[in-house]
Amino acid sequence: MINELLFMNGYAAYVLSAFSFTLFSFLGLYLVTKMQFVKEQKKFVAKFGSLTSEQANSAKSQRINKEILSSATNN
Amino acid sequence: MFKLFEPNKIFKITSRAPRYVLFLFVVVLTVGLVEALVISPEDYKQSDAVRIMYVHVPAAWISLGIFSSMTLLSICGFVFKNKNFFLISKSLAPSGFVFNIIALVTGSIWGKPTWGTWWAWDARITSMLILALFYAMYLIVWRIYDKEEKVYKISTFITILGIINVPIIKYSVDWWNTLHQPASINILSKSSIHSSMLYPLLIMTAAFALFSLLIFLMKYNTELIKIKNKGLDRL
Repeated sequence: MINELLFMNGYAAYVLSAFSFTLFSFLGLYLVTKMQFVKEQKKFVAKFGSLTSEQANSAKSQRINKEILSSATNN
Repeated sequence: MFKLFEPNKIFKITSRAPRYVLFLFVVVLTVGLVEALVISPEDYKQSDAVRIMYVHVPAAWISLGIFSSMTLLSICGFVFKNKNFFLISKSLAPSGFVFNIIALVTGSIWGKPTWGTWWAWDARITSMLILALFYAMYLIVWRIYDKEEKVYKISTFITILGIINVPIIKYSVDWWNTLHQPASINILSKSSIHSSMLYPLLIMTAAFALFSLLIFLMKYNTELIKIKNKGLDRL
């Protein structure tokens, strides 16, 4: 069965390269998107850290800002 | 109604959803790969080369579906003057583009053993290549322009122009003599594909749809944080 899977009646090179290309494209897109997300998250945390306490309180009044901070600490 | 879906309100969900979607994607993809590479039968004419269908067809379907959704969202953004529609459309584009490229490359790989050539200027292949160019133009516009209003206008214009190409892709096999076979799967009438091949195809389509949802959520969250970063600068 392993031989059948690896040989595929002579079409294995085509089939496996098509599947490999697809899976590597998925992996590449996932990693690029994840990196962009983490970069923006880090930028947000750094900016938030540089705010004065008054500015930080004002920013924290928005629920989404608190969510971003908590998701950044969870990751 | 749109207030329910305001980014500020849904971020709690969109920020937590990716990990569950990723888990579900891995499970469905694993089942799909086993079905596609091991369980499903070979074709009586194409033999095992037919297995390329399980990545080629879902990728093409999803890239078409995403582009259609992007057009609808961009138009809604203009009609309802709601920026969130543009943001969703922008977040969908990268996965749509990658699926389009996957469809072209896997189609090319499939073409060699079945048609004897890597590439032919066949109506469907050419129209899919044109769709990839529209995706590329859309993504470039978001990168090169800073003014939001300008980006909204140009990107919507690109999607409206590009959507004309979508029915051409769909019906190219009926309108012209092409190397592609007519559609084997019909929603309204009986499909000509056997269930032993249809189910793996549907499972792989579900896996690909989950992957595009995953990338969409991650990209959408990134865009929201970018906006909030700008907001912090203004404090």
